[in-house]
Amino acid sequence: MQTSIGAGAPVTVSRRVLGLRCRACGQEYETQATHVCPACFGPLDVAYDYAEISRRVSRASIEAGPTSMWRYRDLLPLPDDAPIVSLGEGLTPLIKADRLGAELGLRNLYLKNDSMNPTNSFKDRVVSVAISWGRAHGFQTFGCASTGNLANSVAAYSARAGMDCYVFIPDDLEAGKVTATSVFQPHLVAVRGNYDQVNRLCSQLLEDLPWGFCNLNLRPFYAEGSKTLTYETAEQLGWRLPDEIVIPIASGCQFVRHRRAVGELIDLGLAPEPAALPRLTGAQALGCAPVYNAWRAGSQRVQPVRPDTIARSIAIGNPSDGGDVVRIAAETGGVVEAVSEPEIVDAIRLLARTEGIFTEPAGGVTIGVLAKLARSGRWSGEEVVVAYVTGHGLKAAEAVADSKLDHLIEIDPSLRSFQERVLRTAKE
Amino acid sequence: MPQFRIPGPLRNLSGGQPVVEVQAEDLRGAIDALDGLHPGFKGRLLDDQGEPREFVNLFLNEDDVRLGDGLASKLKATDEIAIVPAVAGGSARRTFVTGATGFIGSATSVSS
Repeated sequence: MQTSIGAGAPVTVSRRVLGLRCRACGQEYETQATHVCPACFGPLDVAYDYAEISRRVSRASIEAGPTSMWRYRDLLPLPDDAPIVSLGEGLTPLIKADRLGAELGLRNLYLKNDSMNPTNSFKDRVVSVAISWGRAHGFQTFGCASTGNLANSVAAYSARAGMDCYVFIPDDLEAGKVTATSVFQPHLVAVRGNYDQVNRLCSQLLEDLPWGFCNLNLRPFYAEGSKTLTYETAEQLGWRLPDEIVIPIASGCQFVRHRRAVGELIDLGLAPEPAALPRLTGAQALGCAPVYNAWRAGSQRVQPVRPDTIARSIAIGNPSDGGDVVRIAAETGGVVEAVSEPEIVDAIRLLARTEGIFTEPAGGVTIGVLAKLARSGRWSGEEVVVAYVTGHGLKAAEAVADSKLDHLIEIDPSLRSFQERVLRTAKE
Repeated sequence: MPQFRIPGPLRNLSGGQPVVEVQAEDLRGAIDALDGLHPGFKGRLLDDQGEPREFVNLFLNEDDVRLGDGLASKLKATDEIAIVPAVAGGSARRTFVTGATGFIGSATSVSS
């Protein structure tokens, strides 16, 4: 079967994929590289033939698959004969967080540590799908608008695939994220503006360029990679769904996909249907909280804001899927909560001190919201709660740079100095 | 005169033109003027209450108009108004038969 796409190349259509469907108006389209409904500008999602998928997929088929997120390939939109571009993404640790749980009164707290991905953020899941799909469909050049983590990942996977790469970032990103992108030697374009402005520019560039922008025209396929986080969580919990998942919110793209993943796990019989759906709870920084603001106002209409937060990787002031986050949080019994800048830093330190995990400020937002909700009495203590930690702290070490001074003791190279300054201090 | 940048999915309304100049004092007037030149734009950009539709982003030069004065934004002769969906492109070629789930069509309906 053949269909046409934006790049004009003929493609193989997966038997599992029916095409694209507008989430807003329901209009359906052939498989192609675009994510905007021409009729209403709503977002396009991949439409699957679940009857075909259910014939293929089972717990056993998944468990027999590769030790990466590609064990869920039957639930991803890549044609069966397309080679994947992989750096070993996914199947990251799900850690039972007893020490953090003890501080928060949660006896069944788990952390999905997605900072263990190849470029140290969950973005490797979505980029692996996007670039695999794009390469299979004739794209020679890849790009993205990025708050940093996506830039790292697109540059790395483009290098892995031997493809040309253009990465657009705000000009004031954290140095660690710029370095971790430029080392892969993409065309790195620093735009004098914030992420929303970079994203708008890239949307306009696409009018004339035959490129695969991972988070723009490849977005329907890219976004599907997010689902694997929740598939893995269920599998690592012994094929059961948690009671609640705390998820950082930027555009809201991954949040929407986790709801889809939950539905697929249940509908395909991979996880038993729970008495209630897992509550999906969103976390934002107060310095960039358009979805939290809409949630508080009881509205699915998200008003954009100008971001001002250290949680740069989720600083999206005009979130494309924000309205759906509000809807899904309400549908599942979750909430959307936000934390201040000091609370973000405190949460980074809390996670590091209790569980040995160093997360970037976006992870501080997630753990900060987890802590805030726990301390407000949201949970009895027995619920299975999972927090998604989606990026590594070394990417934005500036956020906690002051903390090194808290625990640094300088001594002379002598036993006496050690005894006087270290042992005595420890006793005090 | 202020000018609109028209995204791909809406160029069928502008006769294929990527840029349309209009005479207007403010953004609401500019949309009226655009619709006068090329009928159909107003209905695609604004809802029944006359506000921008959910998935329509309007930028006055570099800024999202929702962060400023919205449709009341005053215009200068050199201003550029960009109509930006999340991304442009694509065209409706076929409508799937929606199945009982309200989501899944038949696999054969997408072949061409």
